[in-house]
Amino acid sequence: MLRWLIGGGREPQGLAEKSALQSIGEDQTQNPYTELLVLKAHHDIVRFLVQLDDFRFASAGDDGLVVVWNAQTGAKLLELSGHTQKITAIVPFPPMESSKENSQLILTASADRTVIVWDYDTGRQVQRSCFQSTVKCLTVLQRLDIWLSGGNDLGVWNRKLDLLCKTSHLSDTGISALVETPRNCVVAAVGKELIIFRVVAPTETLPRWDIVEVKRLLDHQDNILSLINVNDLNFVTGSHVGELIIWDILDWSVQAYELNFWNPSAQLDAQQEIKLCQKLNDISINHFTCDEENIFAAVGRGLYVYNLQMKRVIACQKMAHDSNVLHIAKLPNRQLISCSEDGSVRIWELREKRQLPAEPVPTGFFNMWGFGRVNKQASQPMKKQQEDTTPCFLEPVGDLIGHSSSVEMFLYFEDHGLVTCSADHLIILWKNGEQESGLRSLKLFQKLEENGDLYRAV
Amino acid sequence: MISAPDVVAFTKEDEYEEEPYNEPALPEEYSVPLFPFTSQGANPWSKLSGAKFSRDFILISEFSEQVGPQPLLTIPNDTKVFGTFDLNYFSLRIMSVDYQASFVGHPPGSAYPKLNFVEDSKVVLGDSKEGAFAYVHHLTLYDLEARGFVRPFCMAYISSDQHKIMQQFQELSAEFSKASECLKTGNRKAFAGELEKKLKDLDYTRTVLHTETEIQKKANDKGFYSSQAIEKANELASVEKSIIEHQDLLKQIRSYPRQKMKASDLCPGEMEHNHEQADQASTTSNPDELADVDLYTCRPTYTPKLIKAKSTKCFDKKLKTLEELCDTEYFTQTLAQLSHIEHMFRGDLCYLLTSQIDRALLKQQRVTNFLFEDFVEVSDKMADRQESVSSQPGQDRPPSRSVEECPIPKVLISVGSYKSSVESVLIKMEQELGDEYNKEVEAPESNSFDLQENLDYLDMDMKGSISSGESIEVLGMEKFTSVLSKSDSQASLTVPLSPQVVRSKAVSHRTISEDSIEVLSTCPSEALIPDDFKASYPSAINEEETYADNEEAIHFEASVSAPELDEAQEGSLENTLSQVDSCCIGKESEGQLVPLPTSVHILSDEDGVVSIPPQPYRQKDQVFHVDFTVENASPSRDKSSDMFPSYELDPSHLLASRDVSKTSLDNYSDTTSYVSSLASTSSDRIPSSAHPGGLSSERHKKRAGQNALKFIRQYPFAHPAIYSLLSGRTLVVLGEDETIVRKLVSALSIFVPNYGHYAKPVKHWISSPLQIMDFQKWKLIGLQRVASPASVNTLHALSRYSRYISILDLDSKTLRCPLYRGTLVPRLADHRTQIKRGSTYYLHVQSMLTQLCSKAFLYTFCHHLHLPAHNEETQEVVASRQANFLKLNLGLVNEDIKVVQYLAELLKLRYIQESPGTTHPLLRFDYVPSFLYKI
Repeated sequence: MLRWLIGGGREPQGLAEKSALQSIGEDQTQNPYTELLVLKAHHDIVRFLVQLDDFRFASAGDDGLVVVWNAQTGAKLLELSGHTQKITAIVPFPPMESSKENSQLILTASADRTVIVWDYDTGRQVQRSCFQSTVKCLTVLQRLDIWLSGGNDLGVWNRKLDLLCKTSHLSDTGISALVETPRNCVVAAVGKELIIFRVVAPTETLPRWDIVEVKRLLDHQDNILSLINVNDLNFVTGSHVGELIIWDILDWSVQAYELNFWNPSAQLDAQQEIKLCQKLNDISINHFTCDEENIFAAVGRGLYVYNLQMKRVIACQKMAHDSNVLHIAKLPNRQLISCSEDGSVRIWELREKRQLPAEPVPTGFFNMWGFGRVNKQASQPMKKQQEDTTPCFLEPVGDLIGHSSSVEMFLYFEDHGLVTCSADHLIILWKNGEQESGLRSLKLFQKLEENGDLYRAV
Repeated sequence: MISAPDVVAFTKEDEYEEEPYNEPALPEEYSVPLFPFTSQGANPWSKLSGAKFSRDFILISEFSEQVGPQPLLTIPNDTKVFGTFDLNYFSLRIMSVDYQASFVGHPPGSAYPKLNFVEDSKVVLGDSKEGAFAYVHHLTLYDLEARGFVRPFCMAYISSDQHKIMQQFQELSAEFSKASECLKTGNRKAFAGELEKKLKDLDYTRTVLHTETEIQKKANDKGFYSSQAIEKANELASVEKSIIEHQDLLKQIRSYPRQKMKASDLCPGEMEHNHEQADQASTTSNPDELADVDLYTCRPTYTPKLIKAKSTKCFDKKLKTLEELCDTEYFTQTLAQLSHIEHMFRGDLCYLLTSQIDRALLKQQRVTNFLFEDFVEVSDKMADRQESVSSQPGQDRPPSRSVEECPIPKVLISVGSYKSSVESVLIKMEQELGDEYNKEVEAPESNSFDLQENLDYLDMDMKGSISSGESIEVLGMEKFTSVLSKSDSQASLTVPLSPQVVRSKAVSHRTISEDSIEVLSTCPSEALIPDDFKASYPSAINEEETYADNEEAIHFEASVSAPELDEAQEGSLENTLSQVDSCCIGKESEGQLVPLPTSVHILSDEDGVVSIPPQPYRQKDQVFHVDFTVENASPSRDKSSDMFPSYELDPSHLLASRDVSKTSLDNYSDTTSYVSSLASTSSDRIPSSAHPGGLSSERHKKRAGQNALKFIRQYPFAHPAIYSLLSGRTLVVLGEDETIVRKLVSALSIFVPNYGHYAKPVKHWISSPLQIMDFQKWKLIGLQRVASPASVNTLHALSRYSRYISILDLDSKTLRCPLYRGTLVPRLADHRTQIKRGSTYYLHVQSMLTQLCSKAFLYTFCHHLHLPAHNEETQEVVASRQANFLKLNLGLVNEDIKVVQYLAELLKLRYIQESPGTTHPLLRFDYVPSFLYKI
């Protein structure tokens, strides 16, 4: 919002201003990623990354290719080609714990209206089935050893790709998101509606699978863009107009409803005019992630942290990126990573604000504003206002610049670093340089020992 | 005819253990005023002993059965090189020492003429009057029309420096053997072809004769034969005999390779070679399947003709030229090899030795040498094989090197009348060099008169001379007489030489070669030596090319990888050091590897005829072979490089053309980098196809050094720029003018560490916006600044990726890069340096970088610096130890640490990678602020 305040009269300088906003500064001591490896195999936008195990991941994109990579070395392990059009969903299908069969499967759905089951150890195409419409989301219900395909209708399939049952035609736009909830239920987001289905497993009396619609929730005013499970009690949905609703997972009642906290118009009437020119997707909720206490929402270009206990936003970064944030993830070490259409990936850390009035300005963040005397003055009210509203703040720790186009998604490996995929057809493996250096040393001395060249000092 | 009084047939350097010029105190009687032969002001290194030629060259001569010894070609084919040197006369000399035990003809007990496959003989010969010393390599080629089917040839490497010949004997021998092998293979091929043709002719003649006889028989029914008929019958019989003989010859020549292989233990490289020949022979020329073979071995257009059964006398016709005697493909390759030899041994002996030692040492630094050296070590035996196989001309693939690229030296004298040795001198006089000849006659005399002592000394020598009718010759030859007689006497001994004999030989050697040796040792003209390396042979080091024939001047680099240091011997450091020592005092360490008695035995072998058996060079041959392949652009190249026009890959070509521009040089490196990136996908091709690194030539080095020096002097911010390169941060050189950018990029590339043994990660010129991939691939990029709106993208990319790059803007003379406060780069690139020459600066940089590499090596391979010494140790302890080591033990400050760490990462990556080319280059970077430097 402040950007509009300051930037109102500065529109002609668009580009320069943008880049000023972008810079976090080059001195990023806390940014561990000091090594990168560019992986190139795709010929079109890479949209999906999915972790397969501790060291492998698969990437999929608009070129219809699925590529399996080694996250440690960056080596391309397999290239699975079978789809003729862009891939719309990819999900790993872990083997049943009970079953002896140990094949490693992934499911991919494509705009060519097929779903293919792959064995990602061998690269073999296990099964393939055709659909009436494009499948937009896939979910595995591991407990039942089935998977669901969400397109214009919802289908239930078993491991062998037999259609067990399916719903009637739901909508032309199709299911945009699908989430598993307890008691064999799934929540599907269809346009503005949330539809709860229950999968009925075969019993002795009724020896066939069935899927029944349980309830429709109509609280959202616009299309639901994101939907995730928060914990055993809640799931959360976000819509195009910025509504965030937290639902009870069992009785599907609304636990909390937020709409306006990121809407600048409520606080600053003077900006009404500007708000009108604001694009609607500046407040759309693109992605969620959560931990035990908080829900992190990617809202337009900003990041918001919503505390479940306090039921309020505890920290926000309204201009986290230059463009829409597409994907966010919470790391174990209180860090949050976001990637955006502007091609950058940023690392944030959630910190509590100290209540001292003489608190030093966190350089990283406020540097963004430091492009002139006027702006320095302007930053004061904003800071005050933040102090008023939020007890915490997201401090930028570092940014990763490598992609030349929108970063679609990323994947975090505890041991191997971060993988990002982008519309520039590239995948970049970001690594902790120091750690990698150590690993290489280890490998080096192992090899020396193998070769018998190692002399230990006595 | 062979009485060659001035021949010294040397085998081993062991004979010269007590090199006189290494002795500090020279006996009084030998301390003649030195350097008597050159005129005032001449470069003492270019004309060591009054030789009439300006520099070393290769002479090919033939002992023609019609005209006697005659010179055929010189390499380089430039009259300036041999000047007034009498080639006819020298051909006589070198041809008169042919010790090949070549007997061809009808051996007793054999019905048919027998081809004898003789070993080449290798002889060192000196003529101190001419100031010429030569390594002479004799070989025999087959010619159906020649007497006994053989044509004796020899190739001689002629130098004015005796020590050069002596000390490089092994190398010369190995190189010339290759050339000879190639020539002989081609000759066998041609000979077989000729035989086949002849057989067809004979066959046809037989048919004709047979028909005629039949007709006569029928016409003549009186029961007795007319004399005509008898004559016909006799003729038929002799034709039939001739057919059998020729078939036998054909069989012999085709069976050659197998025989050879069984008989000798050749080096693996040559084995391959021979295998191939064998295959070739067996596929093309199994006598049993002559019929099908004929389909393609002989030109299908060949029509047999009627010939006389008895061969014509050889005096009646013109003999085949060398070129006609050999298959064209092989002939071209031989010439290429010879000019390679000429380049390889160009320059002063100490320069050669130094670079050999240099390479040997570099070769030992197997772990680190890839970083900054363009020296390529091919340790992989398999690669070796591949190389040597591919270096042979393919059977059905025409040579990719076209004839224009390798100009065939013109035949000097193809036909001439037979001359005696005396006559040859006279005729020479009549021809064109009359005046010079007179000078020649006078020159030694006047010199010696000038220097009374010298004359006395020479006089002393003359007393025991064997006259060959010409006093001048005697003067020159005399010195070798004693030695020859000595070696003859040794040869007659059946027991191995006692040390005493060896010593006396050495002593005698001291006397004989006083002129050349002492000239070297006590050259008084220190004043003539410029500060900066002018000391060396002009072509080798001097900035200015003295020679007009720059054709392949750049080619000097052609690796003479010092063969003394066999891989097997590399193990212990002491061994190496002693070898190096021995190299330094000008003695071949080969002597250490081969025990003395053996060599002496060799000497006394074979009736005093000295031929060097091929065994000792096994290891070396391999190395040479590879070098030959790569450097010399032999006709057939690796398949992977076939997709490029050969001239693009071939450094010698690009550099060869006189009007070569620098642009093409750079293009060439571009091509290479492309090749290497391409090669990384097909890993096994790397050593072969990607070798010619960015800085493979002397001239290029020199230029790079010069431009780097200029850069350092011109830009006060050279240090941070060089630091960027050394620490692996990509440096983008931004500018409008392509030539300026390319020049600077080539210059700065000497500071860029390599990833591996392929081309340096340098992109000389690019105009499209940069991408992240580019920084991963290239560490030095020349970027075009476009004035048009299109540049917005380019500049945007630069600012976007500014964290990964340093930007050197040539147009506004600014540099944007991180701060540098170390001490390493100031020493490496001191703008107040006294170094003035590019080549010197290049060497300076190389030595500094080598030092840096050794630091990186130490750092990388100290276990406790990277890993905990025991389980309880924490990472922090290791880290502090690491920091201490870098600071205290290696003496690195501030950013220098990053340089060593970056090099260490490269070393690790290289060491742990499984096979070459499989690892992906990493992009390592730091989050450090950049600063803008201005002039």
